Amino acid sequence: MRHGKYRFIIGFLAVPLALYGVLVISPFVQDFQISMTNWSGLTPEKHWVGLANYRKIIHDDLFWKALWHNVLLLLIVPVVTLALGLFFAFMLNVGGRRKGSASVAGVRGAGFYKIIYFFPQVLSVTVIAILWQQIYNPDPEDGLLNSLLGHIGLTSLQQSWLGDPSIALACIMAVMIWANVGFYVVLFSAGMSSIPGEIYEASLLDGATRLTTFFRITLPLLRDTVATGWVYMGIIAMDAFAYVQLMSVNNGGPNETTDVVPLLLYKTAFRDNSQYGLAAAMGVAMLIVTLVFAVLTLRLSRRERIEF
Amino acid sequence: MGSELNRRDALKRAMAIGLVAIPSASLLSACASDSGGDKPAKAAPTGAKSANNPLGVKKGAPLEAFIFKGGFGDDYVKAAESVYNTEYGISVKHTGTQGLGPKLQPRFASNTPPDVMDNSGADNLDTAALAKQGQLLDLTPLLDAATVDDPSKKVRDVLIAGTIEQGQFGTQAMYALNYAFTVYGTWYSNKLFQDKGWEYPKSFDEMITLAGKIKAAGIAPFTYPGKYPYYVHFDLLAQIGKVGGKDVLNAIDDLEDGAFQVDAVKQVIGYYEELAAKKYFLAGSEGMTHIQMQTAWTKGKAALVANGSWVENEAAPTMPKDFDLAVGPLIGTGDSDKLPFGTLYAAAGEPYIVSAHGKNPTGGMELLRIMLSKKQTDNFTNTTKSLTCVTGAAEGLTLTPGLASASAALKAAGPNVLNARIQDWYVKLNQETIGNLTAQLLTGKLTAAKWIEGAQKAADATKKDSSVPKFKHV
Repeated sequence: MRHGKYRFIIGFLAVPLALYGVLVISPFVQDFQISMTNWSGLTPEKHWVGLANYRKIIHDDLFWKALWHNVLLLLIVPVVTLALGLFFAFMLNVGGRRKGSASVAGVRGAGFYKIIYFFPQVLSVTVIAILWQQIYNPDPEDGLLNSLLGHIGLTSLQQSWLGDPSIALACIMAVMIWANVGFYVVLFSAGMSSIPGEIYEASLLDGATRLTTFFRITLPLLRDTVATGWVYMGIIAMDAFAYVQLMSVNNGGPNETTDVVPLLLYKTAFRDNSQYGLAAAMGVAMLIVTLVFAVLTLRLSRRERIEF
Repeated sequence: MGSELNRRDALKRAMAIGLVAIPSASLLSACASDSGGDKPAKAAPTGAKSANNPLGVKKGAPLEAFIFKGGFGDDYVKAAESVYNTEYGISVKHTGTQGLGPKLQPRFASNTPPDVMDNSGADNLDTAALAKQGQLLDLTPLLDAATVDDPSKKVRDVLIAGTIEQGQFGTQAMYALNYAFTVYGTWYSNKLFQDKGWEYPKSFDEMITLAGKIKAAGIAPFTYPGKYPYYVHFDLLAQIGKVGGKDVLNAIDDLEDGAFQVDAVKQVIGYYEELAAKKYFLAGSEGMTHIQMQTAWTKGKAALVANGSWVENEAAPTMPKDFDLAVGPLIGTGDSDKLPFGTLYAAAGEPYIVSAHGKNPTGGMELLRIMLSKKQTDNFTNTTKSLTCVTGAAEGLTLTPGLASASAALKAAGPNVLNARIQDWYVKLNQETIGNLTAQLLTGKLTAAKWIEGAQKAADATKKDSSVPKFKHV
């Protein structure tokens, strides 16, 4: 019987494992292989060049600039997104005033807000980027943001949002946060609803304020969910390709102030003389940075699980 | 979340497909030929040559076309394909797309490219790189074939001067047939100019005087799309050529040492520095897409834009009926310029390429031959309001104002037509590196001297970079 059991398990695992191996693992391995060649991607032939591509990216200022932008995204976007997600979820679930017998309740109309927050998730990244490109249109009449500022008398705040090197990256970050926050509101709401109401009731009886309940009860009990969200957001921040490619001026501009590594990789592979080998080396560098980030985050956030 | 992951996956998958296909393809080719790396083009199906079929296309052989669907759409190609279909008893497999490069790349890598492609748009493959890698068919047989309309005339004889050169990459072989002919220049509303009593100027000084008047009338003299700052180069590079002569422009194209450190460049860039300092560009232009910029312009918020003749079609949705679009010739320092007033920047665009390793390259060339016929060029000009690369093709047609103006300007320019090859030979250098400098110059963040220094440095770096294929004027 035992023999039959293994055959059963192997039978079930073989196909997904094989698919995973072919579609996920093998491209990674081949990426390493390509990064050691000068392949153009346009011909079947490629020539071995060893580590030359890696030497090239190490001496490429633009690569480091792009990587720094990814790091900035990594430092800012997840923190703001998760903080906003937590705040909104808390308000929607336990932030409301006590009414009647229910001691724990969200603000009025919580269900409606949840749908509103989640809405950007339904749109594809392309739609979001094009939409915001119109919102950021610098024209004081056609641009939504600038005309709004004009109408409320804040003409001095009107900007050429995506065209100003000092704020372009921040503008793109704002869109990434806007697009992702709704997902975490829903995710954290689900996490919060699984926290027993008695804990809140007990703390409220002891006279805890809303702030205390958030930091002493909600946040510690949501730690696992937050950590997962952190890794996920981090990977999105390491990418940011679609947002930057669609919204930034001059492909990562103005003056390369919004360039990110995935966009640089794309440009290297498909545009600038089709340098697939060099692009593959950038891919490897990205893989390493993302892996280090994921491992560090999961390590640092590892704690004893609280049972309830 | 899904979408970003999907995009990443799609990219990975595209690579994976290419990768899985490559080893098998190279194995096959290794078996097929002893010569190793250099593979001869696959034996193409051929039919009997005749007066109607000078290239010898085989009837019934399948043909695949991959067409960029941008400002011109792809209906004009479909019209030519329907002629091909009836002539050769098949149905051309047609793909119209905006993202050409990512779709075609794995097909080139696996040696199964489509037969004929319109390699245009922001996501196109690098035509120069394809040509250098031996992936493209030399279209000389097409040039020497008889035209559809007149068997006594060769295709070569009906193309506008410069079209063949535009498809050459450092050798005599023509790897791309640039189908559309674009007139570049400073575009404006003739109605606006007449209403206000303005006259298109002849020199930088006159332009600065006029710009002062325009600004006083409450209109921004110029605008440009900050998202694609190289639009400004349509004027800027050509003005360098007008002031300093073709040699100065060719030196820039050839990446010669110190090509940017000459007087002509200093004068032209100095002029732009002055425009920026006087705030003659529409505020916010640096953050606009080309569509947003054109909309601001057609609405009368700015008077002049550097653009190509496609603007008439592209800006049509927002352009008032009585806009009376016109193009002005290049301006320079004045009569001391090497080239006279009336000099124009014009070039063939929309590069059609035929794959050297496709299944039916002869058919691909035949489709292009059909597209060059009078019936098809008329259709193109009528529907897209653009000129084709065929001489006199617009004759006998009722032209729209912009096209009529471009056509007249081209005629008036005679032999004084400039074309900066840096725009297609060194795309990254022109669009991104120097484009970034230009964007800063126009917002007043960079001085003319710094622009010249930066452009020279960038050109030198490109020259030293062994991964960039180099070209020279022949």
